Amino acid sequence: MKNAKRFVSLALALVMGTSVLTAATGCQSGPENASAAPVSSKADSSSGTPAAAEGKVLNIWCWNDEFQSRFNSYYPEVKTVADDKSTTTLNDGTVVKWTINPNDNNNYQNKLDEALLKQNTTADDDKIDIFLIEADYATKYTDSDYTLDVKADLGLSDQDLAQQYQYTKDIVTVDGKLKATSWQATPGLFVYRRSIAKDVLGSDDPTTVQKCLSDWDKFNAIAQKANKKGYQMLSGFDDSYRTFSNNVSAPWVDGTTVKVDPNIMEWVDQTKEYTEKGYNNKSTLWSDTWAADQGPKGKVFGFFYSTWGINFTLLGNSLATPVAEGGKEEAGNGIYGDWAVCEGSQPYYWGGTWICGAAGTDNKALVKDVMVKLTCDANIMKSITSDTQDYTNNQKAMEEIAGSDYQSAFLGGQNHIKLFATAAKKIDMSNASPYDQGLNESMQKVFHDYFNGTVDLETAKTNFEKDIKEKYPDLTEVKWPE
Amino acid sequence: MSNKRPNRKKGSVSYAKWGYIFIAPFFAAFAIFQLIPLASTFFYSFFEFYRSGLKQIGPNFVGLQNYIQLFSADLPKYLGNTLLLWIVGFIPQIVISMILAALFTSLSLRLRVQGFFKTVIYMPNLIMASAFAMLFFALFSDSGPINSALVSLHITAEPIRFLANVWGTRSLVALMNFLMWFGNTTILLMAAIMGIDTGLYEAAEIDGCSSWQMFWKITLPLINPILVYVLITSMIGGLQMFDVPQILTNGQGSPNRTSTTIIMYLNNHLFSKNYGMAGAVSTVLFLLCAVLCLLVFKVLTQDESGQKKRKSHKAAKGAVK
Amino acid sequence: MNHQENYRVRIFLARVVSYVFLAVLSILCLFFFYLLLVNSTRSNFEIQKGFSALPGQSFAANFKNVLANANIPVFSGIKNSLIVSGLTAALSVYFSVLTAYGIYAYDFKLKKIAYIFIMLIMMMPTQVSALGFLRLITDIHLKDSLVALYLPGIAAPVVFFFMKQYMEASLPMEIVEAARIDGSGEFQTFNHIVLPIMKPALAVQAIFTFVTAWNNYFLPALVIDSTKHKTLPILIAQLRSADFLKFDMGQVYMIIAIAIMPVIIVYLFLSKFIVRGVTLGSVKG
Repeated sequence: MKNAKRFVSLALALVMGTSVLTAATGCQSGPENASAAPVSSKADSSSGTPAAAEGKVLNIWCWNDEFQSRFNSYYPEVKTVADDKSTTTLNDGTVVKWTINPNDNNNYQNKLDEALLKQNTTADDDKIDIFLIEADYATKYTDSDYTLDVKADLGLSDQDLAQQYQYTKDIVTVDGKLKATSWQATPGLFVYRRSIAKDVLGSDDPTTVQKCLSDWDKFNAIAQKANKKGYQMLSGFDDSYRTFSNNVSAPWVDGTTVKVDPNIMEWVDQTKEYTEKGYNNKSTLWSDTWAADQGPKGKVFGFFYSTWGINFTLLGNSLATPVAEGGKEEAGNGIYGDWAVCEGSQPYYWGGTWICGAAGTDNKALVKDVMVKLTCDANIMKSITSDTQDYTNNQKAMEEIAGSDYQSAFLGGQNHIKLFATAAKKIDMSNASPYDQGLNESMQKVFHDYFNGTVDLETAKTNFEKDIKEKYPDLTEVKWPE
Repeated sequence: MSNKRPNRKKGSVSYAKWGYIFIAPFFAAFAIFQLIPLASTFFYSFFEFYRSGLKQIGPNFVGLQNYIQLFSADLPKYLGNTLLLWIVGFIPQIVISMILAALFTSLSLRLRVQGFFKTVIYMPNLIMASAFAMLFFALFSDSGPINSALVSLHITAEPIRFLANVWGTRSLVALMNFLMWFGNTTILLMAAIMGIDTGLYEAAEIDGCSSWQMFWKITLPLINPILVYVLITSMIGGLQMFDVPQILTNGQGSPNRTSTTIIMYLNNHLFSKNYGMAGAVSTVLFLLCAVLCLLVFKVLTQDESGQKKRKSHKAAKGAVK
Repeated sequence: MNHQENYRVRIFLARVVSYVFLAVLSILCLFFFYLLLVNSTRSNFEIQKGFSALPGQSFAANFKNVLANANIPVFSGIKNSLIVSGLTAALSVYFSVLTAYGIYAYDFKLKKIAYIFIMLIMMMPTQVSALGFLRLITDIHLKDSLVALYLPGIAAPVVFFFMKQYMEASLPMEIVEAARIDGSGEFQTFNHIVLPIMKPALAVQAIFTFVTAWNNYFLPALVIDSTKHKTLPILIAQLRSADFLKFDMGQVYMIIAIAIMPVIIVYLFLSKFIVRGVTLGSVKG
């Protein structure tokens, strides 16, 4: 809520000159025409299975209030929200009960797991109906019987889901079954400093810069060039990791054998080289050095950032005087306007939240309706994007915005939505596996020692093997690429 | 442990049932809330029992398999790390606490504003470990104030990357543990010293004892039971050290697992809810703890002079009365 | 003469050294509070970009934002934390002295076994049993209740051990026996004679258990589901896991600063029993 004013102004900037604004306001008052849907679908399900009357309580589990605020603002059936936000009452009298457990120390998953394991013996109104998951550990839940098949069990049609980006479906598809849906798409781009690009490449034009960075060999060559001019190509060790790990040739695990992909080792080699030659600033993700590198005193060529990161984290970091202290989001305040985006060497995504229907729910029709409205409805998706700058998971809606003459002042007048819309379609996450979270985390953390020079490559590899065998007792072997 | 009050049984009334009554609530609460989970920790250490995703594997009885795996892994290394981190943090802690306790009780120094100092030294313990760690990160980061100071004073040419090298990390863990816990130890010692009859010091002063002598001859022997407590609980706390290195190294025990403590290693197994391995680690740690504590206990409580002093304490008190 | 002069100089020097030493330690201790407060006056992006010794201008904004967030009910968090920490401290301390006294003052068959048993529990790492505890309280319908957080405090081996040791040092059995001769009942002796002698020990352990309970995140986070029962550390963690739109370290530091105030007050109140130099020797005599 604190940023409300900023959101509005951003939203205005985003939709300036487009027709989206009307859609945004239109949505809030628009439930009338849509409200028939859940009722009719309820009728369907009760006629199909006479005993299955819908429960009066919808339990939703999540780790922060992101989905709660989306739900309360955009779900058409919302009637009232309790003062303490702990419940939301819908038009038909159903009460939505929010259970928010913070994620620190793996707390959310610990509790969710225990609750799901007890799902069968819990009273209907206490059963979890919907729970949210993050990309990193999505497959742990989608590859289990605790999530419902979005199409077969809940009844969403291919047509409902047609406009969602394919990668957002790939990540949560197990054995051909779609087990969750998302309202967000989080394609990533390479955000670079215009002034540095001009100095190094002689041009800050996104098309020219993209030509110079379109594959890793070119990227590395530019890193060397930038280094000679006194800049670092990247800030730290983790920056490029996702671009490599999202483009592996096979899933991490085959049977009980971990197969380290050659592309991952490319990251190791690249990062080691960058560290030794001073092409990076040895920072780690979210550290203060990393954040400062994005500020006015930064000497870093660019950052890999996805949708949410650019207009919030990067923008906030790049201002000399923060908004909270009276600074304005305009050129002249720090390095606002000195940024631009290009696709970089490989497509990737970063972040994202999915909605799962819990097996055993007594509110199937309602769960379906929530999924349809909050992840498939083009108008609602468009309003979310224009109100919050959250890039939503609807190709049609996003392309509409991309096709407008929208310009981001922060990115020096570039229409980055257009690039997002192109990039999102190229992401291929068909190799996602249940082990991704643990293995990717171990990989990044363990190899920091190697980059820092405290261990040699062999020790780092051994440490990685130790690490994952502690995390996953069922994995027996690790195969490294030749 | 309970062999010292020969004259106590002279009363003819048996008070034994009161003993049971007084300890009953403790054992009831323990039995209800802790017994089963604790017992299952031992039990499952002989089983293969973990989760793969949400699927439960086991429990399958595997005998000593988990223990064998444990000792063929790096357990000795983590044990060494743990002891090292504990000693590096604990020695300054107990030394400074003793000095403070001596200062605060010294009759000849008669320090003013003692109340302020006594109050302030415990305060770091009020800050949550995670908040403390966030501040540490900001202070000791590559571009942080400590490094700026070191560089501008020409102590180092390049910023020290504390958390990227072995002793940098260990020193920060020790420093943070020290800051968080030395006040705690000092308070314990002060409370113990408060239990000492001031009459003893007055009498000693009349006899011409220096404050140094008073500290060694009166204070130290009389607070011996509390010293035993401090040593044993600090040892247990040290062997179970977890939160500070966990937060400072992002759970990684980096670099190269040189700051991985036993409980951090145990915690890695809890990622997959591996109750088999975690149970085995717990059991080993428990046995180790028990042996060490028994040793400390025996050494410190069989100190004959300490016993005598305690009796003389009572005698002195009797005299004052 | 010369000797006495010498002595005075030595005392003076010793005092100077002591004051410098104490001052350095105190500054080191208070420095972190200063940092916490400074950060609560800074905005998210300033904090992320690193350290500052000077306050920022976002105090009012951070304060308002923390209080305006309906999902982070600070006052109910303070209330819950006070209930849990207060009762944990009271129960732990009272029942530990009781248990320690039972073992210290009475002779009974199982005494030694009971004592060793408690000492052994103390050495058991508890991380592993956390999920077992969660399952247990779910089964006995105490999940999502504050009771499940403070009631287990009755069995606190570490506090027990301290009480036992303190009694060894400062509770002569003669006093108890004298009371018995005066016709005092066992509980009466305990409550009216033993407890007052144990005051410094009670205060110390009350502080420790209160502070530990106050800052405990892991177990309360596991037990509590509903917003109205959440304690402060859960609320802090919740602010930290906010989504990118709302993530704000300024708010995080603000709530940490707010959360630390009550515990400072409780500490200052309880520390009087330890810090004030008044001996309780007279009570004992």
